[in-house]
Amino acid sequence: MLQLLQLIVSGAAIGCIYALIALGFVLIYKATETVNFAQGDLMMIGGFIGLSAMTVIGLPFALAFIATIAAMALVGMGTERLVLRPLLGQPAFTVVMITIGLGYLARGVVTMIPYWGTETHTLPVPWKDEVIWIGGEGSGLVVSVEHLVIILATVALVALLYVFFRYTRLGIAMQATSQNQLAAFYMGIPVRRVNMLVWGLSAAICGVAGLLLAPITFVHANMGFVGLKAFPAAVVGGFGSIPGALVGGLVIGIVESLAGFYLPEGFKDIAAYVVVLVMLVVKPNGLFGENLTKKV
Amino acid sequence: MHFLFKTRYEQDIALFKHGGQRFWYAALAVALLAAPWLLSEYTLSQITFIGIYAIVCLGLMLLAGFTGQVSLGHAGFLAMGAYTEAYLQANGWPFVISLPLAALVAGITGVMIGLPALRVKGLYLSIATLAFGFILEQAVVSTEAITGGNAGMQLGKLVIAGIDFDDGSNFYYLVTFIAVLCVLGVVNLLRSPTGRAFVAIRDSEVSAQSMGINLAHYKTVAFALSAALAGIAGALYAHKIRFITPDQFGFLQSIELLMMVVIGGLGSIQGAIFGPAFWFVVQQLIVTGKDWLPEALGQQTGLQPTIFGIILVAIVLFEPLGLYGRWLKFRTFLEIFPFYRKGMFRRQKSYMKSERMK
Repeated sequence: MLQLLQLIVSGAAIGCIYALIALGFVLIYKATETVNFAQGDLMMIGGFIGLSAMTVIGLPFALAFIATIAAMALVGMGTERLVLRPLLGQPAFTVVMITIGLGYLARGVVTMIPYWGTETHTLPVPWKDEVIWIGGEGSGLVVSVEHLVIILATVALVALLYVFFRYTRLGIAMQATSQNQLAAFYMGIPVRRVNMLVWGLSAAICGVAGLLLAPITFVHANMGFVGLKAFPAAVVGGFGSIPGALVGGLVIGIVESLAGFYLPEGFKDIAAYVVVLVMLVVKPNGLFGENLTKKV
Repeated sequence: MHFLFKTRYEQDIALFKHGGQRFWYAALAVALLAAPWLLSEYTLSQITFIGIYAIVCLGLMLLAGFTGQVSLGHAGFLAMGAYTEAYLQANGWPFVISLPLAALVAGITGVMIGLPALRVKGLYLSIATLAFGFILEQAVVSTEAITGGNAGMQLGKLVIAGIDFDDGSNFYYLVTFIAVLCVLGVVNLLRSPTGRAFVAIRDSEVSAQSMGINLAHYKTVAFALSAALAGIAGALYAHKIRFITPDQFGFLQSIELLMMVVIGGLGSIQGAIFGPAFWFVVQQLIVTGKDWLPEALGQQTGLQPTIFGIILVAIVLFEPLGLYGRWLKFRTFLEIFPFYRKGMFRRQKSYMKSERMK
């Protein structure tokens, strides 16, 4: 029983990372109807920026955290402005291809930057390798602080996003844009600028995910492949639903953690994909997805 | 420039449109036949690789370029073909039977993956193929008894009717022969009602459906054919490499295949051949050019992905029809020499087409 709980906690922590990346996808998908296959690579860049801020410049973690978020927001907005806006109105496949290309490019470029390179780096976070015992030292549930931080940070970030979307002008404008671009445009919302900001927001969330994940998996050029598991998370939750992305991420994380323990070796890595295939066959719209049909 | 004055309906679907085409394709055939005498062994081996990849790209082109379905797991089909061939050969099956069987096994896998496609489309389909690719790679690792797992699998000598086909030029002829057959097959398919249905589905699923095209059926057929072509290529690839491991068929391979198709030019048979040809030529240039670059840049492992990434992004942004589109423009420029105008191939801007109408 204790073991099960243990697995669920560590699964939930990884699930939170998937959820954050999936959240990034969903935000962009909802607002601009483009699917960003480079989301995981954005996370990787975030991890590297945080690393450089801490080790090269020597900032304390809190400042490095803020610097990463700011830098990632700029990266996201720049990508939208330079690469995606010229493709407005092109078929979805074009955009899918360009984001795949950007991800491929990012993995190549990162290995060529001095100091970043092909090696694996450790992010020196303050809570490295610490654990907390819940319910008695040596007998209760052991939770590593890294996992706890991930879960708490995700909860805080989601609460912040909720407030942002519910109460701020920009958040409401983003919601309006994602519901109907044309109507939003008629209401005087600068749709293009809002889309750019959505990309910035999404990239910033990925930056946070990168910093949170870094203590567990280390920072390296192929870190972004974790982002591919966020697709199953987004689909399970229903693509285009923000609470769905969170629930989907948690489901995938916990299933993966349990599969790693109870099933033979090798199942852990594909558990997420098996879940998504089953989901697509049983309920393609996901847990929280709306039923969409195309009309002419 | 010459004007094609059509007097018969058959001219619309003729394999070669005019004498010029016939001449140039005949010249290409002669060049392909003469290649082993003219080129070094290494170049010939690279061309053999181009031929093998051209077969996969042809399949992917059929799926992505003509039917409009994106597959992010095509390396999985390649693996199916390669491992079927390796397994059958190890059990003493002759190549002439094992090659079609490899295509069949890959094709059946394609149908299996196409079946969820009956329910999902667009983005969900690409995610399904992505998931499938990962699962298949893991399946190859796990079924050690058949595939040798991570340790890989060694292929024996390829002998057909007493002739040793592991020899460079013989294998080159074999690959070229099969590649030409595949190209002709696909060209013919696209002239048939099935091919027309594929193109209709790509252009608009709704209008294809209202014209009486059974979407599920044709999409599954597209998947099966595409996978079968990948299976054939996989079998040849296995013989070319002679040692196959699961990590040769990973996600990156799928992505690179897709990149080749896009670079070559979506929606054109020629693009499926230009893509891999360009890929291998650039790869070769990078390998040779490395020594000329400064040490800090030339010895980086990330150099190649960076260059290909930039090429892909540039192609998608500036030349959506890929290399074939560039060639078309160049040819038109020559044909109508002083009269080429800048806007002749301008992309039509369309309003954002939403997939989520309610």
